[in-house]
Amino acid sequence: MTKDPVLVVDDLKMHYVTQAGLVRAVDGVSFLVRRGQSLGIVGESGCGKSSIAMTLLKLLPDNARLVSGSISLNGVDLVPLSEDEMRSHRWTRISMVFQAAMNSLDPVYRVGDQIVEALEAHYPSAGHDSMERVRELFDLVRLDPSYILRYPHEYSGGMRQRAIIAMALACEPDIIIADEPTTALDVIVQDHILREMQTIQRSLDMSMIYISHDMAVIAEVCDVVGVMYAGKLVEFGPTAEVYARPIHPYTRALMSAFPSVRGEKHDLATLPGEPPNLLDPPSGCAFHPRCAYATDDCRTAVPPIVERGDHWAVCWNPYGE
Amino acid sequence: MASETMNNTQAAPKPSSQVLLKAVNLSKRFPMSSGWFQRTRNFVHAVDGVSFDLMAGETLGLVGESGCGKTTTGRMLVRLAEPTNGQVFFKNQSGELEDIAHLKGKPLKEFRREAQMVFQDPYESMNPRRTIFDTVAEPLQVQNMGDHTERMERVSETLAMVGLTPPSSFLFRFPHELSGGQRQRVAIARALVMNPSFVVADEPTSMLDISIRTGIMQLMGELADRLGISYLYITHDLAVARYMCSRIAVMYLGKIVEMGDTEEVLQNPVHPYTKALLSAVPVPDPEATRAPVDIKGSVSVPVDPHPRCRFYDRCPIADDFCRNNDHPPIEDKGGGRLAACHKA
Amino acid sequence: MSAADAKAKVPSSIWRARLRLASRSLSENWGLFVRTRIGLIGLAIIGLYALLAVAHPILMNTVWEPRIYDPVVGYAFDATQQPAPPSVKHPLGTDPLGRDILSQLMFSARSEFLLGLLAATVTVVIGTAVGAVAAYFGGWVDTLLMRLADIMIMMPAISVLIVLSALIGVEHLELALIIGILSGFGATGVVLKSQALSVVVKPYIDAAKSAGGGHFHIILVHVVPNLLPLSFLYMMFTVTSAIFSEAVLSFLGLLDVRMSWGLMIHTTESAGYLLQVTEFWWLIFPASLSITLLCSAFYLVGRSLDEVVNPRLRSR
Repeated sequence: MTKDPVLVVDDLKMHYVTQAGLVRAVDGVSFLVRRGQSLGIVGESGCGKSSIAMTLLKLLPDNARLVSGSISLNGVDLVPLSEDEMRSHRWTRISMVFQAAMNSLDPVYRVGDQIVEALEAHYPSAGHDSMERVRELFDLVRLDPSYILRYPHEYSGGMRQRAIIAMALACEPDIIIADEPTTALDVIVQDHILREMQTIQRSLDMSMIYISHDMAVIAEVCDVVGVMYAGKLVEFGPTAEVYARPIHPYTRALMSAFPSVRGEKHDLATLPGEPPNLLDPPSGCAFHPRCAYATDDCRTAVPPIVERGDHWAVCWNPYGE
Repeated sequence: MASETMNNTQAAPKPSSQVLLKAVNLSKRFPMSSGWFQRTRNFVHAVDGVSFDLMAGETLGLVGESGCGKTTTGRMLVRLAEPTNGQVFFKNQSGELEDIAHLKGKPLKEFRREAQMVFQDPYESMNPRRTIFDTVAEPLQVQNMGDHTERMERVSETLAMVGLTPPSSFLFRFPHELSGGQRQRVAIARALVMNPSFVVADEPTSMLDISIRTGIMQLMGELADRLGISYLYITHDLAVARYMCSRIAVMYLGKIVEMGDTEEVLQNPVHPYTKALLSAVPVPDPEATRAPVDIKGSVSVPVDPHPRCRFYDRCPIADDFCRNNDHPPIEDKGGGRLAACHKA
Repeated sequence: MSAADAKAKVPSSIWRARLRLASRSLSENWGLFVRTRIGLIGLAIIGLYALLAVAHPILMNTVWEPRIYDPVVGYAFDATQQPAPPSVKHPLGTDPLGRDILSQLMFSARSEFLLGLLAATVTVVIGTAVGAVAAYFGGWVDTLLMRLADIMIMMPAISVLIVLSALIGVEHLELALIIGILSGFGATGVVLKSQALSVVVKPYIDAAKSAGGGHFHIILVHVVPNLLPLSFLYMMFTVTSAIFSEAVLSFLGLLDVRMSWGLMIHTTESAGYLLQVTEFWWLIFPASLSITLLCSAFYLVGRSLDEVVNPRLRSR
């Protein structure tokens, strides 16, 4: 059952240097993704989940500092690589699908040509075959091949996202990072795209990292899930385990605050306070100001790891003990 | 764990026979832009013959995908848009239903005291150069209600009511100094400061984080109970509608396709579009399985639509009857459930 | 404290709070302005010329004998030949007609300021109104104003001014009005309209409408304040262009002004000294350098205001 790890991230720290001070967007994150596995990273806005995506791809703005840690992709550490070396890994080994598909496609080029360009940048010898490959990819993401030679503005939102997925798949990467891939889409289109992404992932035995604020989307598509709060993973484990028996109070609060259309209509929980400011995160456990179970330990000391099989959390007062 | 919980019973239908607002055959067409001297030939039928009643104190949900006309409907009800056709009857001060669809001047200004709107984006719905006091006091100011001191008191009172306490610490701050959740509370305060009887809430929680969202939903529910406000709650999120609304109306391409008691519609949808929409909503439970959604394509833009059923092209159960007949009228399918479908 | 006391205190505390907010935002913006440096250089130059302008009438009433130092009708009887090179009595020398150049320079500074600021004010008032109204109402109002703007932009300003000066005789006041109208209804109006377009679609405009706010209220309270930073920026740039236009027109002898920096160069040119720069440098440099410096100064202030109002341009 356990396959080889594709991506091993160890103690990753990425900070932004701003006028107001240091923003610890990714603050010591470690996880592992196996071949064919899909990992979900869930959290609220500003918790650093998108920063993880940018850091893994090393697509960082000028004021970002990769402070420490390693990103081992098939045994190669990406952290020390130069931008040139990194470029040869992007698309071929690790690629991405972002939110707001409009920005990821260049409006002045035809979609097919953009995919060909991405292909030829990595396989210069492909030549004539690359158009054939684009046809295959369109088929894979269920886009009408007549759209290959059309411009992005002729696509609907869902089609654009499919085209982006086709592009991400072009060089058969080992892992795809999808940052809110369906957030701007309507539910029916979202459903189609998520199902297709899952089918493709299984058939190619590829790994995925889904980053989302939507607990329901993560529940449906991910085998493993990590919950982020204030730049840190606070809970991690198999999705079924985490959703059924959350350890961390934050995870539990998220679960009970999330409304569902099906099943029993449970009361929705309200979390007091506001998400933390990463410029000045609370001491000890960053969740303590909003936690109903906070003790003095939580306020002053970094919480310990609580392990239950392959399900863990960092908390002083874990659930279910 | 959570210090407060959102009460289940809030969404229960309220026994009230008093109609506050009655939309009759409401339509809005937008001309497709054309050249300067050209005649406009094509129209987007954004809202097309929508009718419903809103009872006093009730929350009616208007749900649908983007572009279905739900926001345009809401904007017509608070007269941010003028209907192309149809009437909106609103219960005025003397208790009579008055058509407000084409009001102008002073009567329109008076109507505005009763009908307010809360907008989706808490970051864009406040003038960045005005303080919270200016923002919340604006309706009082333009309606010439009270003097400076009274406005100050009313604003403080309203801020306290929406949970921004102490009000004095918020009055002279600017929107950018507040968090998204706090801003949405200010937006609610602005809508409620004149004590209206009707509020259109256009996706008020869709841009808020999950941990903040419940608080705002709860607040809106409590205020409705306490002040007897009726909401038209516009949302794309059926799960949110389930918690906020006693009844929901599902819209598709400018038409209401199904309407009824929220829990009943969600448990037992009649219209094929509602069924598809419901089965597409992901569930926050890894063990749950859903049936695949069997409709194709995505929402189009209703430019001069064919008179047949709007859902025909995507409908899994459509047949020749649907193809050859006009869009079905919305009618009672038993138990008070209204649906617009030939086959249901 | 009784209830009545509390009531009486409220209004005054509102104004105090507003004053505090205004002074806070002013000091924040001043801080940003100072950090740009170039704005300070511009401000220093503007301050220097303002000082010269203010000092002129004082000097004329105290140490300078009007007969000799009057910028227009004075004559340097004390000089042996005209134009006379700089000396202790005439620090910048005299012009070909025997008038003191420093006095001319200082006298003109005042009218340059008046011209520039008046033109800029007219431009900004018209431009802001045009931009706000066109964007807010749209439709035929917008079409009308924008076609008018097209005409203003198409019109070659210098030629128009030449024709007008031949017809009616243009002085500083008229010049300022013409520049202000051309630019306000023209380019500045168009720029401010495009900014206003991004303001009028904001939900807070809808909120104001649904509160019952009239057109006038919305334009004045919501649209215009959000245009002001950009308006102010364009004000600075208009000052530059007004001073420059004045110099060109005076140099061509097309303005009915008594004295200006452009006219000083014109006098030099018509007396045939223009090409003997090295020999008679004091005839050219003081005036031309002043034009350049003051124009650049306002431009620099504008540039640094641009950085204050556009956070995107601010370096991290």
